[in-house]
Amino acid sequence: MAMTEQEILAGIGKIINEITGIPAAEVTPEKSFVDDLDIDSLSMVEIAVAAQDEFGVEIPDDQLKNLKTVKDVIAFIQG
Amino acid sequence: MSTDQVRVVVTGLGATTPLGGDVASTWSALLAGRSGVRTLTEDWVDSVPVKFAAVAAVDPTEVLPRPEARRLDRAEQLALVAAREAWAHAGIEKVDPERLGVVVGSGIGGITTILSAYDTFKEKGWQRLSPFTVPMLMPNGPAGWIGIEIGARAGVHATVSACATGAESIGYAIEMIRSGRADVVVAGGTEAAIHPLNIGSFAAMRAMSTRNDDPQGASRPWDKGRDGFVLGEGAGIVVLESEEHARARGATIYAVAAGVGYSADAHHIAQPEPTGAGVMLAMRRALANAGLTGEDVKHVNAHATSTPAGDVVETVAIKEVIGGHPLVTATKSMTGHLLGGAGGIESVFTVLALHERTAPGTINVDDLDDGIEVDLVLGAPRELPGGRIAAINNSFGFGGHDVAVAFTTV
Repeated sequence: MAMTEQEILAGIGKIINEITGIPAAEVTPEKSFVDDLDIDSLSMVEIAVAAQDEFGVEIPDDQLKNLKTVKDVIAFIQG
Repeated sequence: MSTDQVRVVVTGLGATTPLGGDVASTWSALLAGRSGVRTLTEDWVDSVPVKFAAVAAVDPTEVLPRPEARRLDRAEQLALVAAREAWAHAGIEKVDPERLGVVVGSGIGGITTILSAYDTFKEKGWQRLSPFTVPMLMPNGPAGWIGIEIGARAGVHATVSACATGAESIGYAIEMIRSGRADVVVAGGTEAAIHPLNIGSFAAMRAMSTRNDDPQGASRPWDKGRDGFVLGEGAGIVVLESEEHARARGATIYAVAAGVGYSADAHHIAQPEPTGAGVMLAMRRALANAGLTGEDVKHVNAHATSTPAGDVVETVAIKEVIGGHPLVTATKSMTGHLLGGAGGIESVFTVLALHERTAPGTINVDDLDDGIEVDLVLGAPRELPGGRIAAINNSFGFGGHDVAVAFTTV
């Protein structure tokens, strides 16, 4: 059963809030992890691991570095 | 009491201990003679022979924001809580980052992180390890985080000398300022080691009290019935500053950090040297370093851990080097033994004792051991004399480390 974009966004917002303290409402699709949300590379690894657990999608390291925005992650999860 | 060296003063205090989540609550509990020791209720307690500890009164995860707490080892959490209090207390609004340093150590480092990360590794694989595992387990982590927080660029250091760590850190910080390398240094010790492996390991040395039917009576320095130390956790931090820097900004000065003496027993990895020679040398050097005589010293916060071997010989050393006159106290009777954090909180207590002219008492001494010829503060606190007086905080550690830090009133 495929998740909707909204469901994935909500899930990502929850993970980012848990790890960084950024309010989930600020996690919108166009936001860049580094430039807008000020998330460092170690936190990105934490987020990727949590996203794998949440969505059951493996994010290889060489793919992770290409995921610059929240929208990129949603697209990756949707396959 | 004169020395031509740069005078170093104490302008900020911070602590989170088994008696309270800050300096004020800890100090009032200490003066009230309360014990911070409690029975442990964790599942693992059945696996170890010691069923109690002096747990931090305020859990640091209740104070720190959750995203911050989850990337810090508990020893780092406690250190940050105490450092923030000390920094706010000092009220430094502006300092050149290249003249600002940190010296904060712990005895064991991020031991609970190491052990839980190893469980994660075995059960779920390396991919599930937190990317913060390394900065959580490294013993210089607390110093590093504090340095980042306050922007310290003069040097961030972490001394490691078991239970002498906190005092050694403060001594190193005094020297950093005296040598001209910094104007302000945040210094102290932290520890968070209440874990069954540590309790089991200390118990294997027969170093811990097993008075399970009376946890609050278990830490009883100098009492004939003492049977080992009580494990505690927490952090104690001081802000040290050159007197010139402190005066220029109109800071409140709580005490002078007058000097430090170091020595080593060169005797046994864990047992105290039986004549107290190393302890005497450290105290003699502290007096010389501070330009003090034994007569100036009116109070000693003793190392006195409640182990059978060390408590009495320390008093013999105090009598020999300082005399029988100072009011000697063992605050570990209330806080338990914070290992690397001990010298941190006990330096905070020593500074407060001078500032408030009050030596805290020692609880649980019902049957005083033989051979003690110094003036112990048993039971209630006692008043310290007026005028310019000095006090010493002793801290000794496995490895044979002996450290004595000397403070004076302003």
